[in-house]
This record gives sequence, structure tokens and C-alpha cells, in this order.
Amino acid sequence: MTLLSSLLRIIGVPDYEGYVTHMRERHPEQPVLSRDDFMRERLSARYERPGARCC
Amino acid sequence: MSKAARSVLWIGVAAVGAGAFAMLALARGETVSAAWLLTAAVATYAIGYRFYSRFIAQRVFQLDAARTTPAVKFNDGRDYVPTNRVIVFGHHFAAIAGPGPLVGPTLAAQFGFLPGTIWLLVGAVLGGAVQDFVILCASIRRDGKTLAGMAREEIGPLAGGMALFAILGIMIILIAVLALVIVNALKSSPWGTVTLMLTIPIALFLGVYLRWIRPHRVLEATAIGVALLIGALFAGQWAAADPTVAKMFTLSPMVLAWSLMIYGFAASVLPVWLLLAPRDYLSAFVKIGVVLALAIGILFLLPPLKMPALTKYIDGSGPVFAGSLFPFAFITIACGAVSGFHALISSGTTPKMLEKEPDARPVGYGGMLTESMVAVMALIAACALTPGVYFAINSPASAIGTTVTSAATAVSSWGFQVSPQDLENLAHQVGEASLLSRTGGAPSLAVGMATIFSRFFSGGGALALWYHFAIMFEALFILTVLDAGTRVGRFILQDLLGNISPKLGQVSWYPGVILASALFVAGWGVFLIQGITGGFNNLWPLFGIANQLLAAIALSVGTTVIIKMGKPRYALVTLIPLVWLVAITSTASVQKIFAADPKLGLLAHAKTVTGSLIFADYLDAVVAGFFLISVLVVVFDAVRVWLRVIAPTGNLAPQP
Repeated sequence: MTLLSSLLRIIGVPDYEGYVTHMRERHPEQPVLSRDDFMRERLSARYERPGARCC
Repeated sequence: MSKAARSVLWIGVAAVGAGAFAMLALARGETVSAAWLLTAAVATYAIGYRFYSRFIAQRVFQLDAARTTPAVKFNDGRDYVPTNRVIVFGHHFAAIAGPGPLVGPTLAAQFGFLPGTIWLLVGAVLGGAVQDFVILCASIRRDGKTLAGMAREEIGPLAGGMALFAILGIMIILIAVLALVIVNALKSSPWGTVTLMLTIPIALFLGVYLRWIRPHRVLEATAIGVALLIGALFAGQWAAADPTVAKMFTLSPMVLAWSLMIYGFAASVLPVWLLLAPRDYLSAFVKIGVVLALAIGILFLLPPLKMPALTKYIDGSGPVFAGSLFPFAFITIACGAVSGFHALISSGTTPKMLEKEPDARPVGYGGMLTESMVAVMALIAACALTPGVYFAINSPASAIGTTVTSAATAVSSWGFQVSPQDLENLAHQVGEASLLSRTGGAPSLAVGMATIFSRFFSGGGALALWYHFAIMFEALFILTVLDAGTRVGRFILQDLLGNISPKLGQVSWYPGVILASALFVAGWGVFLIQGITGGFNNLWPLFGIANQLLAAIALSVGTTVIIKMGKPRYALVTLIPLVWLVAITSTASVQKIFAADPKLGLLAHAKTVTGSLIFADYLDAVVAGFFLISVLVVVFDAVRVWLRVIAPTGNLAPQP
């Protein structure tokens, strides 16, 4: 985990590499989302419920 | 380190902290260095973290590294992702720290620096950090459940439903009050207005950049964004210097309010990759950078606190907001001491990221202490201002008039010496036409921050640039809450509307999206507009009451959880802050509604005004009443459950 990728996680960028690794290891039979689809799905999920941003 | 050496160390920390407190409390008639305040803060946080949070971690929850967390159990690479604790801490901190801890302490400075300091330190260590930590622990033990979900499951459907309604109500008030802070900071300020307006096309550009130009290069895009923000700052300066352009962007509060409402609506209906996500990256980045810079600036300069320890306004006659020290100091400062909103984060994204149970201590407890530290820095920045200047910026025109002469005369007559030339010069130095009655906290904090930045980074020069940089930073913070909050509010509302008509609940059906967005924006828009006509000093206390009410709900849930773990004795950990919060929220809401003084009591005030202002007062009174009733319902419902658990024979509370 480099400093730069840690910074990305902290400002809230979804972790696509982690997702791909996870899918390969745990669910090799399932299809893996493309980077574009994964990002779009993660970002829209974040702003659908309270719990991600505060006063 | 040996045991004896450790004991000596912690006794030393306690002694230094106590000494610093004594210096603060006993200071009379001379200025005190911010060094004492910082020392007291760091010593208090260190002792609280080392001893109290360890007690909660080991004795109350018995956090266990071997126990599986939801992130590990449900690891799906998306919502549930086990994450390194340093990253979880950073992510959690960026989520909880918003404009709240900056504005509240600035306003509470009207009581002097001591009440705010004590409440920020004691409130965080015994209240806020405990709440965040306990809710985080409770949530990771319940598969990452949300606060409303836990309220429903642990207390009952009534408390659960009440919590959900309260969350919606609080979001409306929160967004309205923060929007009002922006309006008051930008009115008649072409520089600030142009700079903030430009941040929107910048965010849109970053969205397009990340989508089509250089997909997914977030760091690169954010670096470009930061450079563009600095460009926007200079563009604002240029606009303010050109008379024609300046006139175009010298906007009235109403125009600004409607612009913010249109912006909130747009953020709620546009795809998130276009506006919300890139702006969020940018603002999280700027947030961490500016907070660090402010910490370094304060640490090196150690500015003297010019505000007295206590002012005469503890009796409730203050011009910034009405109400006496108890309960209003504890309502005005919510974020930084106890903030109920954090319970939503502690039961939202964060519990789904924790790799190991013991990580909850640095993230939950430590994260809140860090936010409290930010609030302490805001308090220092506000109290480092000349008190006369502070009151001239934060008092409404009804108290100080509209000219520098009338303002200087009024403020000096209160015992805070300031000359018309001082006020004139300061406004000129920060590049504004006037700083009088710029209520809402943001402008006075910006003056304080700009003074610190300018002295530390540019030898006292470029005050106008730093001032507008600080305004941009605060406004960017607020826009993040405003747009993300509006979108979340839209989803909650659609969820509720779905019960009436399933079609309206479909989040992809455009008419439903537009209707729910418009309804939610109208909800906070009403409060925003009546805040502009009725003044800032009603809306902020309402927000404080709402936020502390949510904290009371969260602490009721926490107490229930601890009692149900079979440890009623340890429930004191959450019961003590709960009792205190119920005391302050109920006193404050009753005073806010019924007090005979029209400056404080809404019903009394309604008798002194005409037209739409009467409606505004009644509306605020109804909202305060609603908050009071919801907190009482949840607490009584929780007490019923506690008694049943403690006395299962049914002697105390017979249950079917």
C-alpha cells in the first residue's frame, strides 16, 4: 500500500484493484465489473444513504 | 518503559494539563497565550484516550482482535472491505469533520474563551468520543447496522421510526443553517461569490476529465483541481477590482439563497460522477490540507487570546445569539464536543471497513478527539481577534447599526474598545466593502484564520487573499454537506413516498426523482429564506438542539446495548452524557419556545412582528417542539426497555 493509494482511499476513491483481487480469490466463477461500471456503481451507492458525510 | 516510568509520565501529563487549565481559568485582565489552551487540550485528550477509551474497549465491550468484523465476514469488495486502520481513521475523520466544528466555537466565543474550551474538552472526552466509539462498537457487533436500524431492533419500532423522522428533520435544519452561513459570508462580496461560483464548473470539469479525458486518474485530477481553485481565488480578486464585473456579482441574500437551492436540486438529480464525486475528492483533499496548515500556523505563532475568559454575556444578553450560558453554550457548540450526526457515520460506512475490533478505539474515539482539536483551533482563531472586531462582525445590524461609526460606538459602549478606523481598515485589508454584521461565524473565523496564515506564510501580507481563501475553504466544506445531504435526503424521502405510491419510490423514475428532490430542497429552502429575514440567531440554536437530540437518541441506543450485554453498571458510560444532553436539549427547546424575552422566545417574538415573520416564528417553535417530543419519546421508550431487561420478573415494568 503506497502513500498515494492510501491518500486516494482516504478521500473516498473506491478500490477497484481490491475488488478485482477479491472477486478472483473468492468468486472466480462470477463475472467481474469493468472499472467504469464498478466506479459508477460505488459512487452512486455512496450518496444514497446517510453515513458518508456529516456536518 | 517500566511501569513506574509510565506512571510518572501520566502523572506528569495530568499535572501539566491541570496547570494549563489553571492558567486559563485564573487569567484576569491580561491576554493569555493560546499555548495554554493547546496544552490543556492535548493533555485532556491524551488522558481520555489512554485511560477512558481503554476502559470502554477492554471492560465494557471487551474488543477482541480474534472476533470477526462485518468487513471480514461479509467482504464483498464493495460495501464491506477490510481496510487498514490508518486509512479507516483518515476516511472516518474526513467524513465527520465538516463546517460544524468551525462555526459553533466561533459563535460561542461571545461567552469568552473558557466556556467553549471546557465544553469542547470535557464534552468530547466524556460525551462525543464515547458516543462515536460506542455506536461504532455496537454496529460492528451487529453486522454494520445503521443507527435507525439499531434503535428499532434494540428499543422498538416507535424509537426506530422516530429516529428516522428525526434524521430527516435534522438534515433539513442542518442544510438550511449551513446554507445561511454561506449566504451571510457571500452577500455583497463579489470576490467570494465569483470564487465559489467557479468551484462548480471546476468540479464539473473534473467529472468530465475523470470520465472521458483521463479516466480514473483521481490524484492527477485533484491536483489540477487544486490549481484551478487557486486560479478561481485570483479570478475573484480580479472581478472584485473591476467595477462593472463587481457590480454584477454583488448579490443580495435572496439571490444567493435561490442559487444555492438550484445548486442543491441539480446535485440531487445529476449523475454523481459529474458533480458530487469530483467535488467531494477535492474538498476532502483541501479539508485535510487546510486543517494541517492551520494546526502548524497556530502551533508556531501561539497567538494571544484577546477575548476575556468570560464575558458579561453569560447572562443571556449577548448580541451574537440570545440565551444564557446554560444551556446555550452547549447547544451552540455541538460539533467538536458532542455531535449526534457522527452516530450516522459510526453506523454507516466506517463499521463496514474495520479490519479488527480493537481498531474501533483509534477510529471512533480518536477520530472524535481529532475533530474536537479542530474545534479548539477554530476557537483560538476567533478568540485571537480583537473582541471589538469580533462583535462588530458577528452582531446583527439591529444592534450595531449599518455604519462603521455607529458600530464602533455601539461595540465600544459594551466595553469592547474599537474605533471606526479600525473597522474600516480591516475591511479594506481583507478586500471587502464592509465586515459589519456578517453573522454566521464564517467571516470572523476567516479573518482569524487569514491573520494566522498571513503572519505565518507571508509575513503579514496578502491578508485579502488569505481571507478569501478561508472563505472559499469554509464554503467548499458547506457545499459538500449541502449537495450530498440533499441527495441523501431525496433518497430517504423517496423511500417514505414509496409507501404511499410505489412508483414514486423508484429511484430511477425521473418524475419521482424530481418531485422528491424539489420537496426536499423546498423543505430546507423555507428555513433558509426565513433565516435570511428572521436572522441567523434562531436557526443555529435550532440546529444545535437537533444535533444534540440525535446524540441523545444515539446514547439511548448505546445504553440499551450495554444493558442488554448484561453490564448495567457500565451503562453509566453512556448514561451520564445522555442525562446531560436531555437536560440541555429540553431546557433549550422550552426556553426557545416559551421564554418571555422576545430575543429568545419564539412565541414572544411572534407578538412583536408582522406578516411572514410571524409564520417563521411559529414554524421554528413547532420544529423545536417536535424535536423536544421526539427526544422524550425515544428516551422514555428506551427506559422502558432498560427496566424490563434489568427486572425481568416484571415488578418494575410489567410486559406481556
